[in-house]
Amino acid sequence: MKITRGVVITEPGSTALEETGSWRTFRPEIRYEKCIRCMICCNYCPEPAIEKKSGENYPVANPKLIKMEVPVINYKYCKGCGICVNECPTKAIDFVREEK
Amino acid sequence: MVMMMLKGNEATAYAAKIAKVQVIPAYPITPSTLFPEKVSELIANGEMKAEFIPVESEHSALSAAIGAAATGARTMTATASQGLALMHEVLFIASGMRLPIVMAIGNRALSAPVNIWAEQQDTIAQRDSGWLQFYAENNQEALDLTLIAFRVAEDERVLLPAMMGMDAFVLTHTMEPVDVPDDKLVEKFLGPPKPKYPILDPTKPATFGAFVFPEHYMEFRYSQFVAMEHSKKVIDEAFNEFKELFGREYKKVTGFMNEDAEILLVTMGSMTGTAREAVRKLREKGEKVGLIKLTVFRPFPKEELIEITKNAKIIAVVDRNISVGFAGAIFTELAASYNNIKEKPKILDFILGLGGRDIRLEDYYEIYNKAKESLNKEVKEINWINVDEEAVYEVEGPL
Amino acid sequence: MNFENQEFFAPGHRACAGCAAPIIVKWVLKLAGPNTIVVNATGCLEVFSTPYPHTSWRLPWIHVAFENASAVASGIDAALKAQGKREGVNIIVFGGDGGTSDIGLQSLSGMAERGHDILYVMYDNEAYMNTGIQRSSSTPFGAWTTTSQVGPFNILGKNEFKKPIAEIMAAHKIPYVATVNPAFLSDMKMKIAKALEIKGPKFIHAISSCTTGWRHDPSKTIEIMRLATETGIFPLWEIENGDFSKMRLTYIPKQRKPVEEYFKPQGRFRHLFQDPEKIKEIQKMVDEWWAKFENKN
Repeated sequence: MKITRGVVITEPGSTALEETGSWRTFRPEIRYEKCIRCMICCNYCPEPAIEKKSGENYPVANPKLIKMEVPVINYKYCKGCGICVNECPTKAIDFVREEK
Repeated sequence: MVMMMLKGNEATAYAAKIAKVQVIPAYPITPSTLFPEKVSELIANGEMKAEFIPVESEHSALSAAIGAAATGARTMTATASQGLALMHEVLFIASGMRLPIVMAIGNRALSAPVNIWAEQQDTIAQRDSGWLQFYAENNQEALDLTLIAFRVAEDERVLLPAMMGMDAFVLTHTMEPVDVPDDKLVEKFLGPPKPKYPILDPTKPATFGAFVFPEHYMEFRYSQFVAMEHSKKVIDEAFNEFKELFGREYKKVTGFMNEDAEILLVTMGSMTGTAREAVRKLREKGEKVGLIKLTVFRPFPKEELIEITKNAKIIAVVDRNISVGFAGAIFTELAASYNNIKEKPKILDFILGLGGRDIRLEDYYEIYNKAKESLNKEVKEINWINVDEEAVYEVEGPL
Repeated sequence: MNFENQEFFAPGHRACAGCAAPIIVKWVLKLAGPNTIVVNATGCLEVFSTPYPHTSWRLPWIHVAFENASAVASGIDAALKAQGKREGVNIIVFGGDGGTSDIGLQSLSGMAERGHDILYVMYDNEAYMNTGIQRSSSTPFGAWTTTSQVGPFNILGKNEFKKPIAEIMAAHKIPYVATVNPAFLSDMKMKIAKALEIKGPKFIHAISSCTTGWRHDPSKTIEIMRLATETGIFPLWEIENGDFSKMRLTYIPKQRKPVEEYFKPQGRFRHLFQDPEKIKEIQKMVDEWWAKFENKN
């Protein structure tokens, strides 16, 4: 067992080892053709479990947006709260029951 | 070094100055108020460079001390009685977080009834908190033991906070000649205030004070227990180094006229001065009596006490404290130390000096006589000396 | 330097799904940057973010006890000064409403009065949520909690008004006090950035909805907090140096929504709908506040 002197944790951000994605009963899925890359979902995710990635290989309705970054959900941590689904201005995120 | 006429509080304030303490959060309470006053004065006239935080309660004083020590600053505060009691939860936290904070305590009685005078119950009541405890007999000891407290607390093998008790008014407010050592020598003794433990530092982010589940908690508590065990050795080393540098000798347990004593008095704090005089007078009359003075109470110097008392017939412990429902603390812990030893002296508990009642020569004679009586007949194990026991029964209505 | 794309608060923490507190924390830290020390009072945030041996914090962080976060922060402030390392380091305290408005009020007031350069952010989920939804002085009038239970002998739930903690802190005349709402993100970011630029004690009162304690769907967290401000129940304002006469409302809804819209989606207010008079009473209280303060703007 490993303890430290004085209950100090020297590994910053180590909760990242705990995959809270297992809490989910519903799963958000972004439909990139509807996504306008506003990042509101990313801004509001409490984990945070939505990362910004290069938009190159993602479907897009308006080709002018192709150079923009896209939000990508990290299912390792997503707890399925649904805030992103609720806040998305174009309703681009589906909320589907998690298959077990 | 400089000889100064200092009150106990001033002695500890000068100790903070020469130890180059960096942060002093403090709240006023009788009888330790002179400490923050003196610190404020020393800072105002440029003699001391420290950050003084005039906090809004003692609980905040120790909390701020934790913040400061966790940031790596050498930190000290002072309080007494109710203030120390108010700090209770934070005391355990400071020790659990292994922060070498030093606190000077003006040993004072606890309410109720409200009383501002000398008694050791306030620090004794905190003996479970994981702090080292030193007790001063006079103002020189108050200064010296504060320096020693830093030395031991900051040692990498210990890293536990330490409190230094001096009796209210008898020491805190009485002027005595005190040798204030040169700060260069103190720097040699303590080293610069460079923390030997992880601190709050944006370049090395770490988390302090996490939430611990049953699977880890006991190991943390055990590690504190072991650190306190290690401190026994470190205290002796510190005492030796202190003697080398400053010429004054300290021991966890000191005997006086004790070698062939049949009856031994055990004292702690300023009461020792009078006890020594009583022992001298009794010896002149041919009584085989001796004195044992405790300077360190935590860690409890079990081994040294047994070694120095084992050949006596009776040990008369003077407790300036009482755990209502059982007995005085020194008696209890000494008796427990002797628990598994077959051949042992009889141990008796004498409760004196609560709420600032003076402990006089005649009280020591009474203790001695009771102890001597017990050689031949049954006496009470716990004795209250110089107390009007009848007064209790003259109260109207139920007790 | 802009740190908005860095995450100083790691995922994998144990906050309830849909908790607003981590949203507030992540934005405060993104605006503060890595040269920051965080002090946390006991409460939800502290417990869900530091389950030994793991921590969500990627910054130096300390937790001591429930009521003394401000005192601990004061000690850190003094220590950095004594070490000559104070310049450029942010000291930020996070406390819940319980640990700030109730048990932590003394140390907060002391810290403010002494003028320490510390930013205090209170995430207000309006009850002692960590210990199971018990009422605090910050619980709103008419809310159900586990210690303001609703029944024939106590029809309202909490009978007392919400303690105006931000106004109390403004009365201390500290340089900056503001109320923020994560649903109004630009306004929140603007105020936090502003606070971080100012030297001295700053207090930010953030509404932080709690899906478990307020009894609402986790996906509605932002929506409900938005309603709190749009109904005028949680107004967004700033006061500098305690000058109430110059209080600035940073968001004035063109037409305040009726308070029922805020209460409807929350289970903790369900009992209010049995007595429409109570809702009218609350509407009146909100209208009165706005009548008093709107004119100043």
